[in-house]
Amino acid sequence: MENSKSIAGEEQIIQDLLPRKFKNSGKILVYILSAFCLVGIYAYYRQLRYGLIVTHMRDYVSWGIYISNFVFFVAISLVGSLITAVFRLAGVKWGSPLTRIAEMIAVAAIIFASIIIIVDMGSPERFYNLFLYGRIQSPIIWDVIVITTYFFISILLLYYPLLPDLQILLRFKEKSGPRLHKFYSYLGSFWKGSHKQYLLSKKAINALCIAIIPVAFTIHTVTSWLFATTYRPGWDSTNFGAYFIAGAFLVGAGAVVVAMYIFRKWYGLEKYITLDHFDKMGRVLVLLCLLYLYFNVNEFLTPFFKMKESEAGYLNDMFSGSFAPVFWFAIFTGIILPIIILLFKKGRKPLPMFIVGIMVVVGAWFKRYLIVTPTLLHPFMPMHDVPASYHHYFPSWEEWAITMGSLAGAILIIVALCRVFPIIPIQETINEHHETAK
Amino acid sequence: MELKDSSRRDFLIAGLAVAAIATGCTPGSPFEAAVGDDVKPSGKKVKLLSVDGEEIEVDEAFLKPVPHMPTITNAEARVGIPGKKFVMVIDLSRCKNLKKCQSACNHAHDLNPGENWIKVDPMQSAEHTAPYWEPTTCMHCDEPPCVKVCPVDATFKRQDGIVLIDSDRCIGCRFCMAACPYSTRVFNWGAPEIPADVASQPYSAETSIPQKKGTVGKCDFCADMTRMGMLPHCVSACPNGTFFYGDLNEDSVTNGAETFRFSDLMRDKGGYRLMEDLGTKPSVYYLPPVSRNFPFESGLENDKLQNK
Repeated sequence: MENSKSIAGEEQIIQDLLPRKFKNSGKILVYILSAFCLVGIYAYYRQLRYGLIVTHMRDYVSWGIYISNFVFFVAISLVGSLITAVFRLAGVKWGSPLTRIAEMIAVAAIIFASIIIIVDMGSPERFYNLFLYGRIQSPIIWDVIVITTYFFISILLLYYPLLPDLQILLRFKEKSGPRLHKFYSYLGSFWKGSHKQYLLSKKAINALCIAIIPVAFTIHTVTSWLFATTYRPGWDSTNFGAYFIAGAFLVGAGAVVVAMYIFRKWYGLEKYITLDHFDKMGRVLVLLCLLYLYFNVNEFLTPFFKMKESEAGYLNDMFSGSFAPVFWFAIFTGIILPIIILLFKKGRKPLPMFIVGIMVVVGAWFKRYLIVTPTLLHPFMPMHDVPASYHHYFPSWEEWAITMGSLAGAILIIVALCRVFPIIPIQETINEHHETAK
Repeated sequence: MELKDSSRRDFLIAGLAVAAIATGCTPGSPFEAAVGDDVKPSGKKVKLLSVDGEEIEVDEAFLKPVPHMPTITNAEARVGIPGKKFVMVIDLSRCKNLKKCQSACNHAHDLNPGENWIKVDPMQSAEHTAPYWEPTTCMHCDEPPCVKVCPVDATFKRQDGIVLIDSDRCIGCRFCMAACPYSTRVFNWGAPEIPADVASQPYSAETSIPQKKGTVGKCDFCADMTRMGMLPHCVSACPNGTFFYGDLNEDSVTNGAETFRFSDLMRDKGGYRLMEDLGTKPSVYYLPPVSRNFPFESGLENDKLQNK
């Protein structure tokens, strides 16, 4: 099976895909991201010291951009299960070079989802109470359980397919340096690549892929239930679980497209992330956009048609009131324009896809903001007998700093992972190379 | 109100003295054990009444103030008073937005300025219906949405119907605030501005004192007063007798001056509860604003002061 031609190809693939040291631009990126994180940490220090008073959340808007950001992170993390699990189980071959990118995004996002939910707590030092006194009836406990589960499955789904690659990485000691080499051997020196190990790993990955799909659906459904289990107009919706999941797959796929473009440009991976990949991801994205649009119509049209008294205030605020600019921005940039662009073949080229990916992600972030805040500003009882600052909400600099810091932190994790591990699975690419050579 | 406050203070002082003796009267070396070896007798004696009803003399140097401890444990506060089902009736025809209820409540619970557990809202159901003032407290629902969602059992429903908060356990997730359709819960966003001696007290769920940074607070139906057989502060503070409080099992409610059969009030005056359609089953009943004692406008001036 191993002829000289394919060995030469193999060496080429390995050389192309080995993780590389950052050039100056990479270092600058790391510094900028770290600076954002540090400002965020300082803001959080202030919040710990003075309490949530440093935010602009008050009794009516008791959840603000922290919670929107949490929903955003949970949403984006779902992509790991889409690209890895759904594609693998459905036998979609072209997705395999994207699996590691998707898993890295998923792990980074789920880590920061958990961090941001602790940031939102008024008494984070009592976090352990969740384990001491946890009540299984509370949707928050459901969220704690499924997010933890999802985190571990995602880590394993990143780790198992990495094992054959670690074996390859271990061969290049002089290139990776002593410290990284030690790290690689700690992680993967037990992997000998024997047939038995290979079968075991394949079995394990398949099992994880099957397990992660229901868990992924659950994390985002439960997250939607944090809202839908309350009575509030705008949240009290049976559509919420499906609406959240559809939006989550969309934003996750958008993030993968953005990452694909950047990695391809930076590492010169044109041979591995091809135009065909962009075209196919474009088709996936347009499908997800249409699906999300469908759920949005469902979510807004029927209450709009009835205009119940309790919902009218919130709906008017979204469609034509103070939230209208953000609302229509999110709908057009996050859903409608991407559909229009991606329907054209030219729209599915790398650069337009990159722009569409950014539009989808940014639109999705603002969509999460709209899910949380407008509803809270339209309670059943009149907003009365409270200080004037309770009547509106715009995040304070601490909230922005922490949110930006968390986004920067998630990107930093992805950047660190791609410095240490190959972004495109090497062994899998080699195997596919052999198959096509045959 | 003044009178009541001073009598409460007297009661507390008496309590302190009794507590001082109680700690002192443990078997063994009574006073030394309580105060330590470094205290020398001053020679001045003070007369005190022991728990057995005997008059005893104690050296002044051995007296020490005992911190105000909650009279009941957290476990007892969670259970509630057996055989009771507390209800409140708010007669809207008597309210003119004086807000005495609010200031009494804020004072009694040492609330942070700007935080109100009782709110008095101007209500108008439709364009051509008449406006009225509606005081709202915690509804102490029998199906409390806040208790359902609390992840750590920090807010709980007692057997006597009262919903309370354990501020020593609350993690500040604010899910209960999102869940409460009556928007009754307030959050301590910063450290509450309360006197240091109040802030250093151990927390009691029945008094809801002291409020703590990063936790949720709300109307507690004055569970401590109720346990002593006294009326909640809002009830006794209202000069118009708007609030009635009592036990559903005894079928009687009172505002201090007048006492009614609860069922009579409901039947004769058409009592109802807020947002019945949500199924939360509140313990606070309202009597509609008919044959009013005051015109709506009489409350406007007071409203402007607070809601500029």
